[in-house]
Amino acid sequence: MSTVDMGMPILIVDDYKTMLRIIRNLLKQLGFNNVDEATDGSAALQKLRDKDYHLIISDWNMEPMSGMQLLTEVRADTKLKELPFIMITAESKTENVIAAKEAGVSNYIVKPFNAATLKTKLTAVLGNF
Amino acid sequence: MAVAAVKEKIASQLQELRKADASLDPEEIVSIVEAIVETIEGDMSAVSLKVYSDIEALARYINTARSEIADLRPDDINAEHLPAATDELSAIVGSTEQATNTIFEAVESIEALAEKMPEEIADQVSTAITSIYEACGFQDITGQRITKVVTALQKVESKVDALLHAFGDDLKPVDAPRQPEKKTKTPSGGPVRPDEDLMNGPQLPEDAISQDDIDALFG
Repeated sequence: MSTVDMGMPILIVDDYKTMLRIIRNLLKQLGFNNVDEATDGSAALQKLRDKDYHLIISDWNMEPMSGMQLLTEVRADTKLKELPFIMITAESKTENVIAAKEAGVSNYIVKPFNAATLKTKLTAVLGNF
Repeated sequence: MAVAAVKEKIASQLQELRKADASLDPEEIVSIVEAIVETIEGDMSAVSLKVYSDIEALARYINTARSEIADLRPDDINAEHLPAATDELSAIVGSTEQATNTIFEAVESIEALAEKMPEEIADQVSTAITSIYEACGFQDITGQRITKVVTALQKVESKVDALLHAFGDDLKPVDAPRQPEKKTKTPSGGPVRPDEDLMNGPQLPEDAISQDDIDALFG
């Protein structure tokens, strides 16, 4: 039985509108319909402070604020520090993954990714659904 | 030139001078030349002459190289070719984004229709649609790769600018030259981020680690 609230608010962050649309559609296929979007870290941070999200899925390489900076801000914020944070990025060097892990990322997906990988990581972070 | 040939040439030149002006006294000319040679001998050793000769050859080489580079019109590279290449690459990103959006529109329409299909068919359609969504990720990856190429072109542009400066007015660029790029700003003009050294972008397959490798790092 699913313990996950499928109506939970999720924030997806990417500077490529195409990627936002892909993630939104894949989440929709998985049953998550309450999805908001932001196109960089600073816009995401503002939304996170305005609304109570249960999950953030973010790209890394964005301007002016990168996903890594967003992660650091989130983990430093007493209200947001426990928020599950999944990084979906083309940054596929070991040093990137280690840096993200040390900064407190919940899970890391490298682009290009597929729906099965997304589901696996969501399950790892949120539990079975 | 051999010594005998030099003497012959000087004799011939003296002859010509006498023809041109009969009042000229060859002895007087000889004494003037000897005085000059004596002065030079004190300052010019064989080594100095060799160094002078080498420097002269080097100067000729530089002038030739400069002339050949000028013929190549390096100012065109910055004024024309690089901006054109950058525009073309940006157009590719725009086109692929537009095409991807068109694909999305079509697929989302099919997805809406799938809800009215028999369950077995709807499931198959849904699987196919998922594959299309996954494949559309190419636009993001290619876009990032092209951005890396554009950044590389900007660096080439800076180097060409530096070359144009080094060669001076002969190779002066058409437009006012830019200062070589300093890493104090991002390509879009924003400040350098603390994770700048980790902004590697998409890797070539042989340099990238797999999702399995990443999962292993998370234990």
